[in-house]
Amino acid sequence: MPAVSKGDGMRGLAVFISDIRNCKSKEAEIKRINKELANIRSKFKGDKALDGYSKKKYVCKLLFIFLLGHDIDFGHMEAVNLLSSNRYTEKQIGYLFISVLVNSNSELIRLINNAIKNDLASRNPTFMGLALHCIANVGSREMAEAFAGEIPKILVAGDTMDSVKQSAALCLLRLYRTSPDLVPMGDWTSRVVHLLNDQHLGVVTAATSLITTLAQKNPEEFKTSVSLAVSRLSRIVTSASTDLQDYTYYFVPAPWLSVKLLRLLQCYPPPEDPAVRGRLTECLETILNKAQEPPKSKKVQHSNAKNAVLFEAISLIIHHDSEPNLLVRACNQLGQFLQHRETNLRYLALESMCTLASSEFSHEAVKTHIETVINALKTERDVSVRQRAVDLLYAMCDRSNAQQIVAEMLNYLETADYSIREEIVLKVAILAEKYAVDYTWYVDTILNLIRIAGDYVSEEVWYRVIQIVINRDDVQGYAAKTVFEALQAPACHENLVKVGGYILGEFGNLIAGDPRSSPLIQFNLLHSKFHLCSVPTRALLLSTYIKFVNLFPEIKTTIQDVLRSDSQLKNADVELQQRAVEYLRLSTIASTDILATVLEEMPPFPERESSILAKLKKKKGPGTVTDLEEIKKERSSDMNGSAEPASVNASAVSTPSPSADLLGLGAAPLTNSAPPPSSSGSLLVDVFSDSASAVAPLAPGSDDNFASPDLASSEVVSEEPADTVHDADELFHKFVCKNNGVLFENQLLQIGLKSEFRQNLGRMFIFYGNKTSTQFLNFTPTVICSDDLQPSLNLQTKPVDPTVDGGAQVQQVVNIECVSDFMEAPILNIQFSPKQEVQNIFKAKHPMDAEITKAKIIGFGSALLEEVDPNPANFVGAGIIHTKTTQIGCLLRLEPNLQAQMYRLTLRTSKEAVSQRLCELLSEQF
Amino acid sequence: GRRFLISEIHFILLFSRQGKLRLQKWYTTLPDKEKKKIVREIVQIILARHQKTSSFVDWKDLKLVYKRYASLYFCCAIEDQDNELLTLEVVHRYVELLDRYFGNVCELDIIFNFEKAYFILDEFIIGGEVQDTSKRSAVKAIEDSDMLQETVEEYMNKPAF
Repeated sequence: MPAVSKGDGMRGLAVFISDIRNCKSKEAEIKRINKELANIRSKFKGDKALDGYSKKKYVCKLLFIFLLGHDIDFGHMEAVNLLSSNRYTEKQIGYLFISVLVNSNSELIRLINNAIKNDLASRNPTFMGLALHCIANVGSREMAEAFAGEIPKILVAGDTMDSVKQSAALCLLRLYRTSPDLVPMGDWTSRVVHLLNDQHLGVVTAATSLITTLAQKNPEEFKTSVSLAVSRLSRIVTSASTDLQDYTYYFVPAPWLSVKLLRLLQCYPPPEDPAVRGRLTECLETILNKAQEPPKSKKVQHSNAKNAVLFEAISLIIHHDSEPNLLVRACNQLGQFLQHRETNLRYLALESMCTLASSEFSHEAVKTHIETVINALKTERDVSVRQRAVDLLYAMCDRSNAQQIVAEMLNYLETADYSIREEIVLKVAILAEKYAVDYTWYVDTILNLIRIAGDYVSEEVWYRVIQIVINRDDVQGYAAKTVFEALQAPACHENLVKVGGYILGEFGNLIAGDPRSSPLIQFNLLHSKFHLCSVPTRALLLSTYIKFVNLFPEIKTTIQDVLRSDSQLKNADVELQQRAVEYLRLSTIASTDILATVLEEMPPFPERESSILAKLKKKKGPGTVTDLEEIKKERSSDMNGSAEPASVNASAVSTPSPSADLLGLGAAPLTNSAPPPSSSGSLLVDVFSDSASAVAPLAPGSDDNFASPDLASSEVVSEEPADTVHDADELFHKFVCKNNGVLFENQLLQIGLKSEFRQNLGRMFIFYGNKTSTQFLNFTPTVICSDDLQPSLNLQTKPVDPTVDGGAQVQQVVNIECVSDFMEAPILNIQFSPKQEVQNIFKAKHPMDAEITKAKIIGFGSALLEEVDPNPANFVGAGIIHTKTTQIGCLLRLEPNLQAQMYRLTLRTSKEAVSQRLCELLSEQF
Repeated sequence: GRRFLISEIHFILLFSRQGKLRLQKWYTTLPDKEKKKIVREIVQIILARHQKTSSFVDWKDLKLVYKRYASLYFCCAIEDQDNELLTLEVVHRYVELLDRYFGNVCELDIIFNFEKAYFILDEFIIGGEVQDTSKRSAVKAIEDSDMLQETVEEYMNKPAF
């Protein structure tokens, strides 16, 4: 029993709670609860009307039972009855029950809304407060519909009490978060901004929260809040610790309001007005100065509140990223905290420094703390802190310290907590690739990762090492040798078997000259692992074996014997059995030439963003892994807005510049531009897609169709940087010692060469790959010999189909006759127009009703395709326009955005003028 | 890009060292089943942590900020970018408010007067945002409602069921 209950105590409730606490077992407790539930049910159903006190008590008991973890499916009506009681304590319990046990019964919601409406209109501030709390607690759409119009009025009305204003501001904030479309902007917004000047600090605090959230989505509308926030902040930071009376918290003036104001300012760039800007800089300097002053109290509350403001100020400094002086001061301050005895401060300093590391002004200053951070990784006892240290090492990594940081991370990985191993693996993989000067180091690092934490090495990581090895011929021999050695370990991780199997299957020949790694030894080594592996790995190994048949004809019979064994040919797994049967057959009937073609080395992978980085971003959320180089890259690519019908001059083609080569693979040789028929190929194709779909198409990108999410591929065109000027000499060097390879590649187009020569005659195949998902029109490549060159070199080119489908590749044959020796190279000139899709974004002119929209699309004459678009809200249509001379296929997609009341309409037809016209016509219809 | 700021407490949990939940307040809408799962998970995580560790734990996309007062743990889930230290002081201010209302608050006060603990929290925080940080305003409303202080005798005359 409690000593005494304050106010209107409920004795029956206290007794019930005591009973529950005295229950010796879970069963006894359940029995007691069931007894109580039966009692309450009978009271609620009884003929005798219950008085307010009893209703309140029983509703409270139900609440208690619910909080113990039991389901409650009745009592809502009694709680709603309490809402209309005139006694505060009864009303209060009614609202509490409604807020905790939210119910979606529409009749009930109508009654609740009614009671709330009455309380809001009551002009009794305590009742209004209860009603507003309830709206904010429930925050449902129904409530937003009912009250989103009313609350702004309460908020800005002149006669509203301060306490109600505070509740109204935060209530509106909650509704805006759950249903932004239902909160109308209007006259009230400018008056809300002026609440920043209010006398009552509680009102200012609540209003600042509201304005911050609103300003994130409507920055223009709330722009005037910046100068008001700065002057308010300035008054707080310069006030004496007693000035703000009740709002001074352990000698810190209004820490909550200060932090909220600093937050609000983070919605905007640095103030343009020099006076405001100067005042803000002063505030920030004052906050940094105060951090150096001796504490006014030894209590942790004092230092927490003070440092909460300091960290928020540092966040703002980092957000503005414009005052080198403040950034460096912030970094020094955090540096002090890195060695503070309070774990919390060390944690926060590490976290905050992560963002400082990405500013070009403070990156170097952050790097000076590397030893402290490495030490934290080794000595901190708290996994949360170690995690922050890993993040910071990742953020401060650049070419100068990459080897040290990767080594320390690998070292830490040996003992790291299981919860963060996968993330460390991803980070190490990314850093190793990004800062690899020497790719042998990269290969060693990844193999180390597999050795130390094989279970945490995801597909993305081992796919990536294979991509890189395949695309870089300078590392292939080393990779083959290294995996061969790693596979010698008696117990090696299955991921190593996968990487080893793949790499030896491609490049085992590069080490076969050494008798210690002869073909047979390589094969036996891999096959010794076979039976310990899972089905997918075995499937991969079978593909390696068939590749060996081509690479090493001398062990063909050994391999055929293995494939022919019962355990393979009669394997219960269909995939394995099929591979064994087909590979055996292929090895038996195909001639050496056919085998050589079918099992040729894998072509290089297209250069795309590393899938590992994508995975890390997904794991950590966007924004957390951006770093300095990425930001720089964003900036530079922003500058190149447009590219008209793309025109590429092969005498001046390029590979990406080193700074843009974020995680790209650099130039790569191409050995075979057709997708290999061997099913081993499909294992790697899916690397770039986000989802780990099991069935991958053989040709990457060939599945791009109209319904694919990246329909708006015309945007890709305009992002294409135009700075593709490059030294043509490099191209020469590329093809001096070999006949095949990639000549040029950008986001739109890949050009590959394959050539053969016999005496003075030659034939060159030029492959043009359309990397976009839209057609290229008027595609005209021409090979030009200058006047000087013509007498020495005779070229015959065959015309190419002027349309190249998205994802498709066309080839052009050039017959070459060398008449006499020559110096200069011919010029390849390519012109095409990628635009054929038309898109328009427009405001809805009619109510956005799905059924009416469907009827209109059908009425327009196209078929409506259901379940084609991954987003069910979108409409997709298809049709053909018949003319006497030609038929024009039309595809359309209409994407509604209900919140913004906008549509995006995309038309793709086989004729641009038609796309244009249809888009114009349809844009008026919705 | 610029980060999207949401300064909001997603939920607050009070639980004992034995892992018994004493109070839960949710500022995001979730099905009951999901809430139970989350509570189990978080109680386990926090109780497993050693002393002298930091007061912060990464949890999913959120961050848990917690502190122990006597036998009770107070735990808030906040946005990753939110201000951790200030959240610790939100907890402390709440404890002060309870203390002021109950006078040397203990776990039993919260068990037997859970509804009062809710009311005090509601006066302090709305929709996950701190409403008023002044100690005076937050408790005033509750104390107003308790003006009709009853005597022990009146209380004992009420039915015990």
